[in-house]
Amino acid sequence: MEMPTPNPRILALKSRLVQRLREVLPHDAVIDDEMQTRVYECDALTAYKCPPLCAVLPSSTEEVSAVLKICHQEGVPVVPRGSGTSLAGGALPTADSVILGVARLNDVIETDYDNRFIKVQTGRTNLSVTGAVESDGFFYAPDPSSQLACAIAGNIAMNSGGAHCLKYGVTTNNLLGVTMVTMDGTVIEIGGAHMDSAGYDWLGLICGSEGQLGVVTEATLRILPKPEGARPVLIGYKSAEIAGACVSDIIKAGVLPVAIEYMDRKVIEVVESYAKAGYPDCEALLIVEVEGSPAEIDEQLGLIKQIAAKHDPVELREAKDAEEAGRIWLGRKSAFGAMGQINDYMCLDGTIPVSSLPYVLRRIGELSEEFGLEVGNVFHAGDGNMHPLILFDANKPGDLETSEEMGAEILKLCVEVGGCLTGEHGVGIEKRDLMNVQFAPGDLEIQMRVKDVFDPAWLLNPAKVFPLESSASRRMQADAAA
Amino acid sequence: MIEPTTEQEIAQAVRDAAGPLSIRGGGTRGMAPASGEVFSLARVSGISLYEPGALTIVAGAGTPMSEIDAALQSEGQMLPFEPMDHRVLLGTSGEPTIGGVVGANVSGPRRLRAGGCRDSLIGVRFVDGRGEVLKNGGRVMKNVTGYDLVKLMSGSYGTLGVLSEVSFKLLPKPDATGVLTLTGLPLADGIAAMSAALGSPYEVTGAAMTPAKGDAESIVRLRLEGFESSVSYRGEQLKKTLAQFGTADFALGGEDDWRAVRDVEAFASKTCVWRLAIKASDVPAMLEDGIWPKFPCDALLDWGGGLVWIGCDDAELGKIAQDPVAAGALLHTHLQDHMKTIGGHATLLKAPDALKVRVPVFQPEAAPLAALANGLRTQFDPRGILNPGVMG
Ligand SMILES: Cc1cc2nc3c(=O)[nH]c(=O)nc-3n(C[C@H](O)[C@H](O)[C@H](O)COP(=O)(O)OP(=O)(O)OC[C@H]3O[C@@H](n4cnc5c(N)ncnc54)[C@H](O)[C@@H]3O)c2cc1C
Repeated sequence: MEMPTPNPRILALKSRLVQRLREVLPHDAVIDDEMQTRVYECDALTAYKCPPLCAVLPSSTEEVSAVLKICHQEGVPVVPRGSGTSLAGGALPTADSVILGVARLNDVIETDYDNRFIKVQTGRTNLSVTGAVESDGFFYAPDPSSQLACAIAGNIAMNSGGAHCLKYGVTTNNLLGVTMVTMDGTVIEIGGAHMDSAGYDWLGLICGSEGQLGVVTEATLRILPKPEGARPVLIGYKSAEIAGACVSDIIKAGVLPVAIEYMDRKVIEVVESYAKAGYPDCEALLIVEVEGSPAEIDEQLGLIKQIAAKHDPVELREAKDAEEAGRIWLGRKSAFGAMGQINDYMCLDGTIPVSSLPYVLRRIGELSEEFGLEVGNVFHAGDGNMHPLILFDANKPGDLETSEEMGAEILKLCVEVGGCLTGEHGVGIEKRDLMNVQFAPGDLEIQMRVKDVFDPAWLLNPAKVFPLESSASRRMQADAAA
Repeated sequence: MIEPTTEQEIAQAVRDAAGPLSIRGGGTRGMAPASGEVFSLARVSGISLYEPGALTIVAGAGTPMSEIDAALQSEGQMLPFEPMDHRVLLGTSGEPTIGGVVGANVSGPRRLRAGGCRDSLIGVRFVDGRGEVLKNGGRVMKNVTGYDLVKLMSGSYGTLGVLSEVSFKLLPKPDATGVLTLTGLPLADGIAAMSAALGSPYEVTGAAMTPAKGDAESIVRLRLEGFESSVSYRGEQLKKTLAQFGTADFALGGEDDWRAVRDVEAFASKTCVWRLAIKASDVPAMLEDGIWPKFPCDALLDWGGGLVWIGCDDAELGKIAQDPVAAGALLHTHLQDHMKTIGGHATLLKAPDALKVRVPVFQPEAAPLAALANGLRTQFDPRGILNPGVMG
């Protein structure tokens, strides 16, 4: 993955910049030592690394604003960072950029159960948002698998989803307001405790903008009362086609599960040897979870089991108690970790129309043969958000490149059947150069025009999202002006 | 009137336009009197894709809502956000279109659980002010590829582009509906009861209140939806949860009542109607301390109090000031000023044209946002020909 050549003007600026930043931040909040800046050299897309010029860790919106003003004046690119769990290289620095980490912004500002929201600083981790309201019977719905580590800041920037988004939606559907600082240091308040905006849907635009429009420092999030209970059922099938047909029938039948998760044989086998969840020996496995009171769960699961049975399952297992439910989820929850134990992998997240599942899975199998790399499939089947894991060996020369080529083919396939490149991980650098597959030049141009409005100098996370050659003139023109 | 039939014709017509265009779907919302040549989307119509198994539908912007509803009905599905039909409230005729619903981000009572129009909208095709055909989003339920211009288009009232096609995710229509009612509660208690219900695990999908007026007692309605047995079960549980607010009645059915709530039918006879988005717990002070002592008017609450409709008829306006337009302007200013202090927004939805041109129909935004809004308009519509003035 190519990154722009670092700008010598900016590299030469380092000591003055650090000095200016120290004037507005406590000493330990500016990190310029080369050993320490390395902490920020990559996110969870670890194949790409580059230490930044320096990193700053502001503790308030005012400090964020002060930092941005300085970087704006000096014409220095800024890469916002939450917890660095992006799988798309969204938080990858360039050598001539300042990492602006929000990790120290982690307070709960307000909880309001009557109006069902929580206001937090965005460095707070996803799970600890739920942690703050859980004892009172509430939760924050979007639950990425990385929720222990990832920050609300990154969730907003990537519009992250989770296993339960079939019912509760993704980040953008649960975001009520933000405090955001634009590149010139202006602090903007958007939304709040009320729903919908008066003018344009700023929240909708900012959510998923990958840190390119502003730095989000505070967020008002919708919280929901916990359901009475939840229970999963596990269904094994002889083929992906049959599993796909079952998913479609469940959806058509009018039950709305909170989650429909899918795993293929490769993943089942790895997970079995690793977590011993007791999964059946089959080609395709579904975990379907529903919520409600015990009787409501019985009724919904009854219907789901009826539908599942029509498709002649290899195994149909309903959790009888919490322990069994835990075991059913255990394998799914440890799938990424387990795959990581046996191999390096590249995790894609193209989304496709649910009706194309069988075709796309078959084609992925064929591509796997063609490229000579194994693939495991584990994903959110209810909404068509695939997660093919391409297994490769990072120590084997050429393997990473082959896996990237194969990944590109899979994503093109997703677009071809009417889907998209990324359902929840974001574009970052990883899918940046594939954007032309999904978008016509005009479609990308209008998005870049939006960035022009918020960040005319193209200093915020500039080398992401758009193909480098599409954004080149803007990035260079901005530098010429600085 | 310009009446294109295809996306390409829309693009051509926009490119050819010499002056402002007044973009129209079904024309049922009685927008502010926009200057410019009427540009009707009525003939860019038809469902191009409906996949019940994938819960998705794609349709031309001019497709009548009745056509969409009929198609979804036949598969037992629905648009989750329950868009209101403005015809009763505004006394307009014509056929509401799906593009108009998107342009105005129209969302009904179920918004508080299932999200608004912007949350169900998953793809748009549109023509910008240069006459270029553009797309964003698509037909899949999860999509974070590039910026989310889908949400930006929803509620942009045609000022950023002319919609040609829209895609939605759908929900199965609930098997059964049930309503729990509580009568005679003071305003603050009614809101507290709705909050308690919405904070319970029983998945309330509608929470509306009509405050007391004269001899008529207040009434709080809470809606439950799902399989019949589950609706009944939750109705009984909710009764217990709300015991401190008095004895609630529970009955299956009541769909018509929710249509009336959705369409604000009770305000059909009002001359001026405002729509307020607000934090529910701020409502009692706003109405009882701020508005009612000074301005005779009625209020209806939806979204558990998060949505407030304020309505004035001629008699009420007459008590505020002699000239009804001046009276409306006074109340309007009061509402928008108040929203500015407490957070939220007030929009003038129904009024004589003379009032609509006199006041900012939409809540004015803070300076930095207003500047960004202008910036966006300049980028999307450099000639300023798309519905100029409609959003201020
Ligand atoms: C094991 C694993 C499992 C995962 N599972 C899921 C999953 O189930 N669903 C899912 O959606 N994702 C998942 N992810 C991806 C990742 O966790 C999410 O994208 C997450 O939201 C990133 O959050 P972060 O705080 O780590 O952000 P970072 O990685 O630090 O940054 C992500 C992006 O946000 C921008 N950003 C950060 N802070 C700000 C700010 N304050 N203002 C503006 N922009 C900012 C960055 O510039 C970058 O572009 C997973 C990742 C891992 C490693």
